[in-house]
Amino acid sequence: MSTASQLKHQVDFDLLIFRRNPAASFFTVILPIIFLVIFTSIFGNETLDNGATVATLYVPGILTLAIVSATAVNLAMSMTARRERGILKRVRGTPLPPRIFILSQALTGIVISTMMTVLITVIGRIFYGVAFNLSTLPTLIISLALGAGAFSAIGLALTTIIPSEDAAPAVTNAIMLPLYFVSGVFIPDSQVPGWVSTVGNIFPVAHLNQALQGSFDPFVDGTPWPTDHWLVLALWGGFSAVIAIRYFRWTPRR
Amino acid sequence: MSALPPSKLAIDAADLTKSYGDIEVVKGIDLQVRTGEIVAFLGPNGAGKTTTIEILEGFRERDSGQVQVLGQDPALAPLAWRERVGIVLQESEPTPELTALESLKMQAAYYDRPRDPLEILELVGLSDSRDQRTRKLSGGQKRRLDLGMALVGDPELVFLDEPTTGFDPSARRESWVMIEALRELGKTVLLTTHYMDEAEHLADRILVIAAGVIVANGTAAELAEQVHATSRIVWRYDPDGLQPPNQLDWSVPDESDLAVISGDDVVPKLHTLVGWAVDNDVALPELEVTRPTLEDVYLQLTNSPSEATPA
Repeated sequence: MSTASQLKHQVDFDLLIFRRNPAASFFTVILPIIFLVIFTSIFGNETLDNGATVATLYVPGILTLAIVSATAVNLAMSMTARRERGILKRVRGTPLPPRIFILSQALTGIVISTMMTVLITVIGRIFYGVAFNLSTLPTLIISLALGAGAFSAIGLALTTIIPSEDAAPAVTNAIMLPLYFVSGVFIPDSQVPGWVSTVGNIFPVAHLNQALQGSFDPFVDGTPWPTDHWLVLALWGGFSAVIAIRYFRWTPRR
Repeated sequence: MSALPPSKLAIDAADLTKSYGDIEVVKGIDLQVRTGEIVAFLGPNGAGKTTTIEILEGFRERDSGQVQVLGQDPALAPLAWRERVGIVLQESEPTPELTALESLKMQAAYYDRPRDPLEILELVGLSDSRDQRTRKLSGGQKRRLDLGMALVGDPELVFLDEPTTGFDPSARRESWVMIEALRELGKTVLLTTHYMDEAEHLADRILVIAAGVIVANGTAAELAEQVHATSRIVWRYDPDGLQPPNQLDWSVPDESDLAVISGDDVVPKLHTLVGWAVDNDVALPELEVTRPTLEDVYLQLTNSPSEATPA
């Protein structure tokens, strides 16, 4: 088989595995939608002076949550589980090139992230009057691809420090949950002390959030290029890829 | 045996060693498996079976020694070599979200010339469970799916690392039937086990490994000969009764109430013993003459290497 058809085959199966994993599907697909509903219920969804609804401000944060969950969180848990159960070792015993298998994991995350972006945007548009400016579509596509790619690498890098399947949710949540709070995902940057934002800005979650915000900004004119945020995402992604390539394990730690 | 031309050997390993830290687990193993042969690698837990087989599979690097598996060094072999090798790992689970058939389809696409997954399901007796999620399969069914996944690429050589450990007797018998089917398919098989009866039942040849060295190599019958096999006469000893004649060389082992006579040829002694008992009207309760079983041979083989090769 050609590399492309091998990759397609593996992505199809990895999507099927994702769909049939209740925990992964819930946290990645259902939870972001629940958050969107809860935020608009608690904080209201009045129309601002400029004609945008408040929900417009939540959508980028919800998308950040969905993308990080579809990539880093999912991969950290599923790849650790597959490693500890000997599934990765069995794959390594076949002629499938390891890079195809790894690439498939990242591509699967990008596909799920894209579907979630469409889903959240459409729900926001229909139910909460969320504006979406077509001129920002290139910004959204680049932010989505770069963000999903970087967070996939981060997920693979995380598996190198997670000792067991049981430890995977604890380690992943211990890292990601605080980051959501300091990165403007749940609470807008304007409502937290400056030092909190400063800490948040060291890490990639804040930059994915801010890169996405540009795409839903009702005041934007033309196509925004949040290159500084993209650069930070690329740096984190590259650094994580180096860690993953150097330390990724295919065999159980037990 | 090593005089065979290299092309007839599926596996040819010489003087393999492997240590983890200060502990040497493989201490100079020589191992040859002919094409089409089924060889069992028999030994207790911790003897070095899995380390050795994983060196041959290319999962572990040896510290020293030469290895050729299907004409390639597994540590350096290209991915194409894996087309020809099927592996059942000692511990590996199927992907729980997939069905048995989907698992085989996913695996089949990794190979250039795979066999039909439906045919493989039939072969490993899982046709009735083809659409069941693998998480719902029993331990024995999962293990058979493992075997199916190792066979779907149509390999020449199959490694089976403890294929039936932890099975109940009927599941073991079922697995044995599957493994015997590999012979009809013309596969070369190297399997590890710590069950003597499994090795005897499945293998053309048995290599007994203990503490990192091979202590015996041959068919089950040859192994029995290699061991200095002594027979025993045993009966329940009555300390208050008439004592048997000393020329019989009998003894009562500590903390035992059985008298024992052992030796290479116990028939004359049995004659003397029974004659004495009849003459003196002495009963010999629970009288038994035992030959060593293969299990005894195995235990004797795997207990001795600590004396044979001081560390």
